[in-house]
Amino acid sequence: MCLRCLKYLPGMGRVLAGFAGLCLAIALSGCEREQRAFPQPADAKLMPQTLRQSELQPGQPAQPVGRGEHLPPPDYQAKYENNAYAVSQGRRLYRWFNCNGCHANGGGDIGPPLMDDRWIYGGEPADIYTSILHGRPNGMPSFAGHITEDQLWQIVAYVRSMSGQLRIDTAPSRSDNLQPAEPESRRERQDMRQSAPPKEHS
Amino acid sequence: MSWLPLIAGCWLSFPGLSFANAFAGEKDGEWPMAANNYASTRYSALSDINTANVHTLKPVVTFSTGVNRGHEAAPLVINNTMYIVTPYPNYLYALDLNKPGAPQKWKFDPQPQSAAQGVACCDFVNRGTAYAEGRVFINTLDNQTIAVDAEDGKEIWRTRMGDIKTGETMTMAPLVVNGKVLVGNSGGEFGVRGWLAALDAKSGKELWRAWSTGPDKDVLIGSNFKPYYASDRGKDLGLTTWPGLSWQNGGGNVWGWISFDPALNLIYYGTGNPGPWNPEQRPGDNKWTAGIFARNPDTGEARWFYQFSPHDLHDYDAINENILIDAPVKGRERKLLIRPERNGYIYVLDRTTGQVLSADPFVRVTTSAGVDLKSGRIRYNPAKEPRVGETIRDICPVSPGAKDWQPSSYSPRTGLIYIPHQNMCQDAQSYNVSYIAGTPYVGSDTRMYAGPGGNLGVMTAWDPLSRKKKWDVREPFPVWSGTLATAGDLVFYGTMEGWFKAVDAQTGKLLWQFKTGSGIVGQPISYRGPDRRQYIAVLSGVGGWAGALVSGELDARDATAAKGFANAVKTLPAHTTRGGMLYVFALP
Repeated sequence: MCLRCLKYLPGMGRVLAGFAGLCLAIALSGCEREQRAFPQPADAKLMPQTLRQSELQPGQPAQPVGRGEHLPPPDYQAKYENNAYAVSQGRRLYRWFNCNGCHANGGGDIGPPLMDDRWIYGGEPADIYTSILHGRPNGMPSFAGHITEDQLWQIVAYVRSMSGQLRIDTAPSRSDNLQPAEPESRRERQDMRQSAPPKEHS
Repeated sequence: MSWLPLIAGCWLSFPGLSFANAFAGEKDGEWPMAANNYASTRYSALSDINTANVHTLKPVVTFSTGVNRGHEAAPLVINNTMYIVTPYPNYLYALDLNKPGAPQKWKFDPQPQSAAQGVACCDFVNRGTAYAEGRVFINTLDNQTIAVDAEDGKEIWRTRMGDIKTGETMTMAPLVVNGKVLVGNSGGEFGVRGWLAALDAKSGKELWRAWSTGPDKDVLIGSNFKPYYASDRGKDLGLTTWPGLSWQNGGGNVWGWISFDPALNLIYYGTGNPGPWNPEQRPGDNKWTAGIFARNPDTGEARWFYQFSPHDLHDYDAINENILIDAPVKGRERKLLIRPERNGYIYVLDRTTGQVLSADPFVRVTTSAGVDLKSGRIRYNPAKEPRVGETIRDICPVSPGAKDWQPSSYSPRTGLIYIPHQNMCQDAQSYNVSYIAGTPYVGSDTRMYAGPGGNLGVMTAWDPLSRKKKWDVREPFPVWSGTLATAGDLVFYGTMEGWFKAVDAQTGKLLWQFKTGSGIVGQPISYRGPDRRQYIAVLSGVGGWAGALVSGELDARDATAAKGFANAVKTLPAHTTRGGMLYVFALP
């Protein structure tokens, strides 16, 4: 609250008492309007690199693009992408959460394909995690509140297997359902294109 | 009334036959609704363009819609203005036909929610607009029905009809009947409960809503409900033919076509597939999905119902067009309803009672062995019934059916129905799927391929009275466009490679074709311009379920992409690219 404003109020005449409430309201709001919060040195740090969604970095030397809000846990590779059990759990969960209803078995349907080299919001583990957790504006729903962190990283690892990003000995090699395509372990690794023309839908 | 001479003309050319098929019909060469008339014949009485001169047809107007998805809509022409609605974001354009080049008169942007794109099952299409008394009505993908002033493009009212958070969308063309705008929802792949609603055309107020599942009071079934077959009689069948509360996520969406018979004061429309596709999760007949309702448009109350696919096994939605003609059957004059149905049969129904008079296969059918006319029930082939964990092969027709939404036309001059359709089969394996609101609720992996002969598409001319095919034209890709029949004895349709074709209505002989910029999945129309000349118009712009591989840039290496459709059309990207464009043609 703005105490500098309040100290003038007792000096007002009694005849203005009825007016005072209104004045107080205006004074208070006006006072807040003029208030400035000066950044403390501790708050003045640069925004973290991990929020970046664009390759363009104006006025900066080229740096690796770090994207996504949620960095994978330090043991992500060992615990998820290099672990056949985790990837296979991710595959089951991909179906249980009806991911396949929109992305099919990687070829896409309502949503875009996941087996190709084009990633609208990035194909790094952190990007995929962010897409699933928070959703994306053109149709990707947010699964926040419906899924545990461990399950989510498992799905991320499986999704990356669809475009051949995983070791062949951890990527799934057969389907429990209709065999829709070459097994994930047989797929050629797709280079994740960052300069691909944008798709209009996620 | 301008259709009287037409009927008289038909009477003269076919003495002994009477076709009262142009109810309400076009006013002097206008095209006032997607199907041109309430009988849904998609027939134009204009004959300036005919078999003798069609080879000289040339494009005279083009217009880019600025949208890349599947353009399934029919343009409307009223008062020398053309109205076009695009797929999401559902722009509505008015083009001034009085001026050279038909420039844009106005554009209306309804600004639907972008998240709606994530719950539209099969590309975010829109099948057309409706018009009445100076107003144009559109449905938006995010479930709004909007009335726009036809003259200046200003919004008059908008009513929110549903919620995308449950997976609900709207893609169908509204129909205006007795001052009411009839609209229905989509969402059969999301476990959305289907409905048809009537809005007051003046105010946008909802007057009634008839649900496709649930208790009789929700379905608007009352004492006047007189279904022809015993299996449709009984209390609350919309509850009792479902396990538990599964009717609440049971589909039966109304995303297709409505016809209207003013004399009987009945509307006719179909209900979509039950949810989920996996039939083992919903034992029972699953009423009132995959069937047809006759209702009173003023109150919504049901008059009769017939179920084409009880306990639907293969996503055989029953939302296709209903062509209303009057003709003698076995020597007796009948009011008929012709329905080329997704399950592979052409049904001829008595539209006063709902009795099935005939049901004949028009493609190769393996999933059933005919329809028992006594009980009205289709005879399913148990070998093709989906079972969890088992791959069922050679399922014909495919899930999008012998034909899908793409509407047929009917010429009273030839007495033939011109059916655009598929020739496809599939392998499928079902699995148990969980209902999570707002996510797909399907439970089937499917891969589709061409049927006998290797061609995916066919344009068939069918005689509904002799119940025989007259001729057909085979196309490499599914014929996913509507057809237009004209008094010039021509039939127009488009192909997914982008050819717009005119064939002889009597023989099917190709007389003219023009390559448009993208594949055609729209509905051709014909109208008379202010210069009194006849024009033919169609939207080009590939997409829809059949074209999602191209419009959604999917990856056909996964045979189940686009619910298995991508597998069948995997070479389509080599033949066409996406992009919406109007083409208008005329004689030189």
